[in-house]
Amino acid sequence: MQATQLLQYLLAGIATGSVYAVVAIGFTVVYNATGIINFAQGEFLMLGGMIAISLAPMMPLPAAIAVAVLATGAAGVLLQIVFLSWLKNPAVLRMIIITIGLSILVREAGLHIWDEKVHALPFFSGDETSSLPVLGARISPQVLWVLFISAVMVIGLTLFFRSTLLGKAMRACASNPTAARLCGIRASTVVTLSFFLAAAMGALAGCAVSPLTQTQYDMGSSLAVKGFTCAVLGGLGSVPAAVAAGLVVGVLETASVSVLPLAYKDVVALGILLLILVLRPQGLFARTSAAPARPGG
Amino acid sequence: MVLVQRGLSALKLEFYMTQLTMSAYYTLVALGLCLLMGYAGQVSMGQGGFFAIGGYSAAVLATTGFASWASLPAAILITGLVALVIGIPVLRLRGHYLAMATLAFGIIVLRVLLGTNVFGGADGLSDIPAFRLFAGLAITGKKALRVQNYYIAWGLVCAGLLTAINLVHSRVGRALRAIHGNEDAAAAMGVDVARFKLATFILSALYAGVGGACLAFFNGGIGPGEAGVMKSVRYVALVAAGGMGSLWGTLAVSTALTFLSLRGAFGVYDDAVFGAILVGIMLCAPQGIFSLLARRDGRGSPR
Amino acid sequence: MSRALLEVTGLHRWFGGLHVIDEVSFSCREGIVKAIIGPNGAGKTTLFNLIAGSLAPASGSILFDGRTTGGLPPHLIARRGISRTFQATRLFPRMSVLENVMVGRHVRTQGGFMAGMAGPAVTGRSERRTREACLAVLQELGAAELAGREAASLPFGRQRVVEIARALASEPRLLLLDEPACGLNPAETEDMGALIGRIRDRGITVLIVEHDMSLVMGVSDEVLVLSAGRMIAEGSPREVQADPLVVAVYLGEGDA
Repeated sequence: MQATQLLQYLLAGIATGSVYAVVAIGFTVVYNATGIINFAQGEFLMLGGMIAISLAPMMPLPAAIAVAVLATGAAGVLLQIVFLSWLKNPAVLRMIIITIGLSILVREAGLHIWDEKVHALPFFSGDETSSLPVLGARISPQVLWVLFISAVMVIGLTLFFRSTLLGKAMRACASNPTAARLCGIRASTVVTLSFFLAAAMGALAGCAVSPLTQTQYDMGSSLAVKGFTCAVLGGLGSVPAAVAAGLVVGVLETASVSVLPLAYKDVVALGILLLILVLRPQGLFARTSAAPARPGG
Repeated sequence: MVLVQRGLSALKLEFYMTQLTMSAYYTLVALGLCLLMGYAGQVSMGQGGFFAIGGYSAAVLATTGFASWASLPAAILITGLVALVIGIPVLRLRGHYLAMATLAFGIIVLRVLLGTNVFGGADGLSDIPAFRLFAGLAITGKKALRVQNYYIAWGLVCAGLLTAINLVHSRVGRALRAIHGNEDAAAAMGVDVARFKLATFILSALYAGVGGACLAFFNGGIGPGEAGVMKSVRYVALVAAGGMGSLWGTLAVSTALTFLSLRGAFGVYDDAVFGAILVGIMLCAPQGIFSLLARRDGRGSPR
Repeated sequence: MSRALLEVTGLHRWFGGLHVIDEVSFSCREGIVKAIIGPNGAGKTTLFNLIAGSLAPASGSILFDGRTTGGLPPHLIARRGISRTFQATRLFPRMSVLENVMVGRHVRTQGGFMAGMAGPAVTGRSERRTREACLAVLQELGAAELAGREAASLPFGRQRVVEIARALASEPRLLLLDEPACGLNPAETEDMGALIGRIRDRGITVLIVEHDMSLVMGVSDEVLVLSAGRMIAEGSPREVQADPLVVAVYLGEGDA
């Protein structure tokens, strides 16, 4: 494979991977705050994209995106409050089924509010034919946008968790809910905030990637599965791990086109998921094994 | 009870029978899943995959000149083998991970079916010949044999139900419920948890495979949509709504909802209905809708 | 018979960097009640888990009736004749008391998937026998009237009794009781002691982990003291009670 082709795959893979990374981050954030895997995570990208697409004719693009992000964030909060917040210590099976059901409902709502057709946001800069030379390869500026926006989100989130009081409160809640509560951190706020973040970030990513991969009402489920793959690969623990995992999966998936028939491209991420779950469920980057040590007595 | 149902429908409106027959095969899947989810406590979001494997195996074998009588058993065997291979690693997982792994399995099956020409890609396979049984009986969509097929389908469901009921009341059923109740304690009491989980997984896959194979013969064709996420999710919804541990409940709910869905009663909201059921049931009646009725009697504690 | 029923030799186990079981060796004759005591964190439940199979030893051997069981999974160990209860009662919550006990009898019964699917015609007789045997166990423990009740609905003390019944249903040769008196009031503790004595008199060897000294001193034939993963004393209850090392380890514990 020539160097430029390799680079093309790499860049495309990183772009795809960064979207997966955002989904993975969404899973991770919500999981760390609530212990729930929110199967509806992928739908937030769809919502964000669709809302922005509807608003785009009426206002400047950045405004449409901003509104879409906020609206989707609000939707995420709504989901959490209406459906999830009043369950006390539900069984894992029940939570799984509920969030799956929610993802279907959101998807169907998307189908009926909009339609089953493919839509897309306009390119942020240039159009579908523009391309920039990067190290000998030519890529669309939108790819750079995706990378840029994803990087900003990841860095912003990391700073948020490290440096702000609220972010640290969330981390505290994740590692020791009882102690956190004793320190005056309200768990419900943390939970709601985590849903907002996951939804808003998903929406932004959905908007960024819309010109490239288009937006359709049912795009959420495959994104959810792939994003979950990356989240698991990253050990469901930390944001940087999820990002790294996302990039790995994105690149692998894109590169697979050169060896596998195109139809099997989606299978790559799924295969990775199965392999990881079976061989090393704690992910590639976790420090300890998946089974907690039992205390002596 | 089921005999009544069979008898009634046979007398009336004939054109409902096709959908009822199809409902029977889908209900078979739900019954198998009920055993797995309700008794062994393992979630599977991939039953659609097994249904499709059963159906496609039968279809491929039957259309490529394999001995017709052998294609059904062979399809069932193939489904069981896949379940064995997939089950061994996957059943070590629990909770979310198991759900996702089985979901991934279902999607992989779907993608393979869509992407491979042997399986007819997006159009699926059609022109499957009838599956001949003895004495002129055959599983086929031909109008002349409609009544017979109805009885064959529901006969299979009855057999499946009876087998499941027997199992539940046996030592194995107790062991499964023990596993569901507390895995560590079950193991401490001598239950080989891994083996029981695998066996139940394979059994539920076989139920799905039989349903798939028979439906392929009945419809004369099969499409890749059977392996789709929505189908697998539907089975989960049906079992959840019928009450996780209730075979009769699952039977009732599955028959009713699948029939309505096939009749198009839900229109464009078909998928949404099942999604709503999932959410609604899990939020309000995690024991299934029939538990709501029981609660009004004051029996038992709502857990 | 010269060979002990249970022989533990040179057992070691680590959790992370913590040496939770450090060179533990002891043997247990058949037909006695042997208590394992020690301050919190001494490794008592870990030792139990190693014998019962939920944990595997890092090194050392565990021989039951002359055959190695160290490292075997719990269900195989159960089949060899070792049964256990748990510190926090682990009944099967939504099953009835009788069904719980019947699961306990799993290793003594036959019948796999094929037989199960075939139904009462094939399994009827063995099911009935299992049922009768389990009711008998419940009767002996004075809990027969609870047979039909849902396990989770029982008061705590009765749950413990049911868990013991479940463990006895498999007719074990060695019974491991993990803190049987935990959460019981003095009267219930006395009953528990009497029960353990009756079990021993039936010929079942009992190994118990316990904090309650009255129970330990009252019913044990032998006592083993663990502290920080190490054995510091072994002998009759009176010997151990008088051992200055044991007294020193317990100073500040305050339960006697």
